[in-house]
Amino acid sequence: MKRFSEEHEWISVEGDVGTVGITDYAQSQLGDIVYVEVPEAGRKLAKGGEAAVVESVKAASDVYSPVTGEVVEGNAALADNPALVNSDPMGEGWFFKVRIAEKGEMDGLMDEAGYAEFVKGLA
Amino acid sequence: MDRSQGRSGRPTIEADATKQTFTGNRALQLEESLIFEQDSPGSTGVDLPPAPKVKSRLGGLERQGAVGLPGLSEPQVVQHYTRLSQKNYAIDMGVYPLGSCTMKHNPRLNEKMARLAGFADIHPLQPQSTVQGALEMIDLLAHWLKTLTGMPAVALSPAAGAHGELCGMVAIRAALEARGEGGQRKRVLVPESAHGTNPATAASLGFSVEPIPANRQGQVDVAAVKAALGPDVAAIMLTNPNTCGLFERDIREVADAVHEAGAYFYCDGANFNAIVGRVRPGDLGIDCMHINLHKTFSTPHGGGGPGSGPVVLSAALAPFAPYPWTVKDGDVWRAAEAGSEVNGQPFGRLKAFHGQMGMFVRALAYMLSHGSDGLWQVASDAVLNANYVLARLKDVMSPAFPGTCMHEALFDDSFLKGTGVTTLDFAKAMIDEGYHPMTMYFPLVVHGALLIEPTETQAKADLDQFVDALRHLAQKAKSGEAAAAFQAAPVLAPRRRLDETLAARKPVLRWRPPPAAQAAE
Amino acid sequence: MRYLPLTEADRGAMLGAIGVKSIDALFEDVPKAARLAGPVDLPRHAGEMEVERQLAAMAGKNLAAGSVPFFIGAGAYRHHVPATVDYLIQRGEFLTSYTPYQPEVTQGTLQYLFEFQTQVALLTGMDVANASMYDGSTATAEAVAMANRVTRRSKALVSGGLHPHYREVVETLGRYTGFAVEPQPADIAGDENLAAKIDADTSCVVVQYPSFFGRLRDHSALAAACREKGALLIVVVTEILALGALKSPGEMGADIVVGEGQSLGNALNFGGPYVGLFATREKYVRQMPGRLAGETVDADGKRGYVLTLSTREQHIRREKATSNICTNAGLCALAFTIHLSLLGETGLRDLAALNHARAVQLADRLAGVAGVDVLNDAFFNEFTVRLAKPAAPVVEALAKRRILGGLPVSRLLPSDPAAANLLLLAATETTSEADMDALVAALKEVL
Repeated sequence: MKRFSEEHEWISVEGDVGTVGITDYAQSQLGDIVYVEVPEAGRKLAKGGEAAVVESVKAASDVYSPVTGEVVEGNAALADNPALVNSDPMGEGWFFKVRIAEKGEMDGLMDEAGYAEFVKGLA
Repeated sequence: MDRSQGRSGRPTIEADATKQTFTGNRALQLEESLIFEQDSPGSTGVDLPPAPKVKSRLGGLERQGAVGLPGLSEPQVVQHYTRLSQKNYAIDMGVYPLGSCTMKHNPRLNEKMARLAGFADIHPLQPQSTVQGALEMIDLLAHWLKTLTGMPAVALSPAAGAHGELCGMVAIRAALEARGEGGQRKRVLVPESAHGTNPATAASLGFSVEPIPANRQGQVDVAAVKAALGPDVAAIMLTNPNTCGLFERDIREVADAVHEAGAYFYCDGANFNAIVGRVRPGDLGIDCMHINLHKTFSTPHGGGGPGSGPVVLSAALAPFAPYPWTVKDGDVWRAAEAGSEVNGQPFGRLKAFHGQMGMFVRALAYMLSHGSDGLWQVASDAVLNANYVLARLKDVMSPAFPGTCMHEALFDDSFLKGTGVTTLDFAKAMIDEGYHPMTMYFPLVVHGALLIEPTETQAKADLDQFVDALRHLAQKAKSGEAAAAFQAAPVLAPRRRLDETLAARKPVLRWRPPPAAQAAE
Repeated sequence: MRYLPLTEADRGAMLGAIGVKSIDALFEDVPKAARLAGPVDLPRHAGEMEVERQLAAMAGKNLAAGSVPFFIGAGAYRHHVPATVDYLIQRGEFLTSYTPYQPEVTQGTLQYLFEFQTQVALLTGMDVANASMYDGSTATAEAVAMANRVTRRSKALVSGGLHPHYREVVETLGRYTGFAVEPQPADIAGDENLAAKIDADTSCVVVQYPSFFGRLRDHSALAAACREKGALLIVVVTEILALGALKSPGEMGADIVVGEGQSLGNALNFGGPYVGLFATREKYVRQMPGRLAGETVDADGKRGYVLTLSTREQHIRREKATSNICTNAGLCALAFTIHLSLLGETGLRDLAALNHARAVQLADRLAGVAGVDVLNDAFFNEFTVRLAKPAAPVVEALAKRRILGGLPVSRLLPSDPAAANLLLLAATETTSEADMDALVAALKEVL
């Protein structure tokens, strides 16, 4: 199950663990990503709270957690290769995995078609 | 005449010529390696007397290994830095139209005065009886700054504009605390057009920053200010003239509303050059304002500092000014320092010693040279030059706001719409024409901003040539056929566009010996 | 007026092009009541000769360090600056250039900053250094703020051997930006035990090396204690030349090294402008304040330099920036880097050795004066003595004899009775044996 937030994060859920990243639209808006700071395992995240930082040469943006939970793992590969966020935002460019505390929070997020419609509205 | 006729072929020829030189040099433009790559071990550029033989008292902490510095003789060092210097654009070379930076002529008299032994070769902690002239000089500078701004007090120690902001905002915090309202007033209003230091300063002091929108005329929205004011607001930080190059028409109304709400008015004085000598900020109802001596008063920018950011203070804030300041007891000057007898409740100390003395001397030399009449003319000509540039470009570029401006002319990128040329491309093309670009993409409230501040020290003929060059570039961009050329610019500078993504992804922030050399050690 | 190129004819033509009658018309947005009718009440313009005369008269009332036997240090040191330094920094391409935001036409500035960063990293024994700060005191406060960010703690443990002005700057920032400062009593003996005072809230320990009192200590054990308790060790160096003779703070395990770079290339200038140094470990680079120059390539693949990692800075991050700092001390950093390039490895080591030897000579001479007790066993070029009577009047009496005989510590620690009789003295390569003899003779008279 893949869901999207209005802040351009995606979350893909398996069991009670969600994998979070930023969308293709978000990476294209940011341009060349030069640095990503992901949360360390064990950190408690609140829905809508700051979870990670993503930087291009001229901009720094916060990435928010789409759900409440505890970080299981940050994507260590992004430290050496932040360009993965540009080349494969929905795959290898994932940011962190989070153990979801409140499954009901997923209901407030958009599905793929809904997000596509949302992005279209931004243009 | 289309000037591009004579120039269009040049880039290719130049590029070929570069390939043809054996050295990679291009006549006067010399390639220069890092100083670490020019090591001739054992060489030095200084001859020192031998150290007298003594028993070391370094307590067993003697350095064991080498530091790793290269050895060069004096002529090698001179050539290295001379070659480097020739890769820089500078005010001494021509129009340097960086908006909000006030790149005006730096008189060499100021340099000479700052190097007088009685100013340059005195220690900050000498007995005060031996530095009476220095304290007198500082007090005279303070007198000029207070008179020009119409404010009763000035704190001189801040080292730069941003440091001055910190000083002013701490004074506000201290004043609020003294009123018992420190815990309650936590919001600071900052217009969206503000320089980034304003929100950074306020946030560092624990204030929450609340952006205030600008209206369509590029002026702060007074209604929005009034709506945002309340018993929890500590201050407003307003730049005037603002970063759009406009005088805030409603500034008195803003000041009155702010004071009525019990808050303070911090004025960012970055653009003081537009009004110096003609308008006293004190008459506008401000509580404090920093002054960038390196802008308005012409101390050199030096490739990014040192600056100096004195802060003038209203009677309400003056008691909280930080150490040190000068006091005259009878005929004797002294510096008020921690533990000495003082009036007021100084909030502490922002910097060691007395502030940027070397900059004080330069600024005072500049003020004395201009005098009150000359400074009046400084603001007049700065505003005239900017408006002349605006008037001569408004038909080919797109002014961000209608009407006249103060000391800088702001354009948006709508004149480039559909040309495939961006603000950045346009700026880089100016480099090939021999100009430093204007400030780009600032202020943030204007799309693709191009902010031009010519200052008062450019002659009309130079401005005419500058304007002609920009008109030419604007027309070339609009022809719709030059996007590729703009995107490739600059092609004639010591370097073409640099890969900033690479620099940020794999930061190389220092030289390291090549692996082979490390292995050989 | 010599700085204003526009003629009256120019102004007339320009007003015509703008379409307004007068310059006054361009100021119409200014509220009428605030528009001055004429120049403010200050003297009118003056020529070069008159300005020189006025300023030289004030300069002439000061006792220049170079004109008398001189022994003051305490964070600002009188060294000989080679003539080349001042010539090169006054080249207009350096002096009148701005921050290198357009790298294609500021490679000169960017390359010297890159070289400067390398030199500072080498001297301090750290991985990376920034392109400079305002001065040593503000760099120290920035280091504490950085340690708070890194550790997510907010209490600084500040040594009693830190320069009192530096401590005051840290305390002021702590009070208003929201961190606690735990200052220690003046560490005159150089034997305070800071390791025992680190707790779970301590973000950093700040020590000075050599200390304000000239003491030398190996901080390796303190560094280990910091590591163990999750705090950072900040080492402050106010006499950067000392690192030409001493084990570097990096070798001791410092996490951040800050310093005052004035000793290299920069005059005393009554306290400023100086140049703050800031170095740290690679892993903390993104938490560093201030500008950084970095290496890259241009569109033709040629090596070049840019300002990098600017997302840390205020112009992008705004209220989330690592610091509000905007400028650095570019020209002072240039003077520093040129002086160090002239010295090179050999010159730096020799200059440091000469400074130490001069200070040893001075200490040996003073040890023979009745009423003078040299407190330091170990020192670099500065040490503390205890006089038989309060130091401040003694220094005034020396000044009347045209000798600038050190700093009475009470000037910076006015409320500490232990400081009353202490005198801090420095010697550098500029101190001659004749100067030392003059001081000894005068001290014998006034003590």
